[in-house]
Amino acid sequence: MEKRVTFRGWKLPLILILPQVLVTAVFFFWPAGQAIYQSAFIPDPFGLKSQFVGFGNFEYLFSDPYYLASFKTTAIFSILVTVVSMSVALWLALMADRIIKGSGTYRTFLIWPYAVAPAVAGVLWLFMFNPSVGIVAWSLDQIGYDWNHKLNGGQATWLVVLASSWGRISYNFLFFLAGLQAVPRSVIEAAAIDGAHFWRRFWTIVFPLLSPTTFFLLVVNIVYAFFETFGVIHTITSGGPQQSTTILVYKVFADGFVGQDLGSSAAQSVVLLVVVGLLTVIQFKFIERRVHY
Amino acid sequence: MKKALLGTLMAATLGTAALPAAAATEIQWWHAFTGRLGDLLAEQIETFNASQEDFTVVGTHKGNYSETLNAGIAAFRAGEQPHLLMVFEVGTATMMSAAGAIKPVHEVMAEGGAPFDSDGFLAPVKGYYTTPEGDMLSLPYNSSTPVLYVNRDALEAAGLDPDMDLSTWEMVDGALDKVKAAGSDCPLTTAWQSWVHLENLSAYHDVEFATKENGFTALDTELSFNGPLQVAHVQAMGEWAKDGKFFYAGRRNEGGANFRAGECAFFTESSAGYAGVKAEAAFDFEIRPLPYWPAADGAPQNTIIGGSSLWALSGHEAKEYKGVAEFLSFLSSSDIQAKWHQDTGYLPITTAAYEQTKAEGFYEANPGTDIAILQMTAKPTTANSKGLRLGSFDQIRGIIDEELEAVWSGDKDAQAALDSAVERGNQLLRRFEQANK
Repeated sequence: MEKRVTFRGWKLPLILILPQVLVTAVFFFWPAGQAIYQSAFIPDPFGLKSQFVGFGNFEYLFSDPYYLASFKTTAIFSILVTVVSMSVALWLALMADRIIKGSGTYRTFLIWPYAVAPAVAGVLWLFMFNPSVGIVAWSLDQIGYDWNHKLNGGQATWLVVLASSWGRISYNFLFFLAGLQAVPRSVIEAAAIDGAHFWRRFWTIVFPLLSPTTFFLLVVNIVYAFFETFGVIHTITSGGPQQSTTILVYKVFADGFVGQDLGSSAAQSVVLLVVVGLLTVIQFKFIERRVHY
Repeated sequence: MKKALLGTLMAATLGTAALPAAAATEIQWWHAFTGRLGDLLAEQIETFNASQEDFTVVGTHKGNYSETLNAGIAAFRAGEQPHLLMVFEVGTATMMSAAGAIKPVHEVMAEGGAPFDSDGFLAPVKGYYTTPEGDMLSLPYNSSTPVLYVNRDALEAAGLDPDMDLSTWEMVDGALDKVKAAGSDCPLTTAWQSWVHLENLSAYHDVEFATKENGFTALDTELSFNGPLQVAHVQAMGEWAKDGKFFYAGRRNEGGANFRAGECAFFTESSAGYAGVKAEAAFDFEIRPLPYWPAADGAPQNTIIGGSSLWALSGHEAKEYKGVAEFLSFLSSSDIQAKWHQDTGYLPITTAAYEQTKAEGFYEANPGTDIAILQMTAKPTTANSKGLRLGSFDQIRGIIDEELEAVWSGDKDAQAALDSAVERGNQLLRRFEQANK
C-alpha cells in the first residue's frame, strides 16, 4: 500500500509554503513586474517626471544596430565561456581523479580561483595583459605579436572570455570531480578487462554517466556567462573596443547607470528576461532528454 | 537580554541628550576624490569645521565621478540626498535639467547671505556652470584644461633642440618624425582623447562642437563635430597611429604611465596631471600650450575645462542651506583656492587666487604651471569656446572613444568615424530631450 502524507484542510499547507511564495514574490515577481512596468516609460534620472511611451523603448532598442549586434556578441561570448570553462575543468578533473599522491593539495589549488571575486579577477587579468605595462603583453611583444586589446576587438573578446572562464573552471572542476567519483568503479574495471583503453572508457562509459553533471553545469554556466560576467567586462574593457565586448547585461548597466536612461534599461531587462526564459526552456526540453540519470 | 536592551536604550537617550551641547548643523558632502586629492579635500573640510562652530561638514567618498553622480541620483529618489554633490563637468546638463532636484548656487548664496562674488571667477570656468542669463548654478570646484607635456630628454636624444617652437601641430609632427626615426615606440600619447582631441580641439579653433552654442541655449542641440577641422585633425592622428608616431594607451589617463616612465616624448593631458609627472618623472620635462592648426581662423582661441563642480540638492532646511552657503563661500576664498591650485595643478578658479599665487612667486619657482590659465583666459570666450552642455554626455564620450579607437586601429577613416559618432550621439541627445521635456 502506498504511503502518502495528506493534510487535512488547506490552511497548514498554505502556511508551510507561504515563506517560499513570499520570498519569490518579493524578490522575483515584484522586481520583474516593476521592470515590465517601467519599460513603458521614459523617466528622467531623478524620478521627478515620467512619460508613457508604450512600446517606444522597445522600438528604439530594436532600431539600434548596436543592440542587435549585442545579441550576437552575447551568444559568442556565452558559448566560448561555457565551452572553455567546462572543457578545461573536465580535463583537469579527469587528471585529478587519477592522482593518488597529494591529491588534496592539488585539488585545493584548483579550487582557489573560485574565491576570487569577478571584478578582482578582471583586474588581475587586466594587469597581465595591459598593453602598456602588462607582463603577458610585454612577452607577446618580445616574440613579435602585437597585443592591444584596447583597439583589437578579437583580442578583447578573448581576454574577457579567458578572465570569465578562469574563475569558473574551479567551480566546474568541483562538480566534475564529484561526478567522476560517483561513476561506479566496477563498470570501469569491467571495461578495462575487456581491453578498453583510457579514452575509450571515457567516451563510452564515463562521459555518458557524467551527463547529469554536465547538463547541470551547462545551464548554470550559460546563466553565469549571461549575467555574472559583468564585473569582469566592466573592469577589463567597459564593453569596448567599439562595443565588441558589450554583452546584453552590460548594456543594461551602461544605459541605466552611466547613461541614466532608465526606460531603455528596463526594456532591455525585459528582453533579457525573455531570452533567458527561452534558453532555459530549450535546455530542459531538448537537451535534458539526452541526459541519463 | 533585557538588561542589554535597557543599556542600549539608556545609551541612546544619553546620546541624544548629549547632542545639543555640540549643536552644529551637519552638512553632507558627497565627493569622488581619493588618494592625495582626497586628503587635500579632507584638509579643506577640517579647516572649515575648525573655523566656526555652527556647522560641521561631513565629506563622504562615493566612488569615481560616475558612481558619485549615480549615488546622488539614487539617494535623491530615496529622499536621502546629501546637501552637496560633486558632479563632473559632463554631468552638468543632467543636473541642470533636473530643476526640481537642485537648488541653484546663486539662490543658496543670496538666501544664505554669505559673501560671494560670481564675477571673481575665471570666465571660462564660470561660463561652464552658469545659465545664459548669468546665474551661477553650481560652484566650480576642481577645473583643469589640457596642455602639452614635453619630455626634453627624449627630444635631445632625437637630436632636437628641446627649446624648439612647438606651438602648432605641424611643428609637433616634424618633431614626431625625428623622435620616431631615433627609435622611439611612443613619440606621442594622450589622455582623455575625446576631451583633448575633439572637445578642446573645437573650442581652441573656435569651431562648433554641437549646435545651439554647444547645447547652452536649447535642449534640441545636435552634435556637429564632424566638420572639416575635426576630421583633418583626427585623420592626421590616425596616420600618426599607423606610422607608429602616436601610441594609444587607453580612454582615460593610462598613457600617463608611459610618459612618466620616460617612454614617450609628448603627452597631451590635463594640467592637473602636473603633480604626478613632477613626482615620478626621472627626466627633464616641461609644459607647453596645447598645439593648434594655424590654418584655422581664430586659432588659438581658448581651451575649455574639465573637472567637477558642487551642486546643492533640494529638499533640505533653510538653516542647512545657510551652512552650505558659508562653506561654498569658504571654498571660493582666495587662500583656499590658491593652496588648492598650487597643491594639485588644478586651475585657480578665481582671479584673486591666480593673482595671489603669482604674487607668492609660485609660477617662477614652478615654470609652466601658469600655462593652463593663460591658455584658457587668453581671449574672451566665444559661443564655441564657453564649454559644452550636452545630455547623456558620459555615454556620448563613450561613443566618441569607440569611434576614435576605430580610427587608431585603421578600421575606419576619420570622416566615417566622426559621422557615425555624431549620428549615434544624436540618438542619445534625442532620448535625453524626450526625458527632460
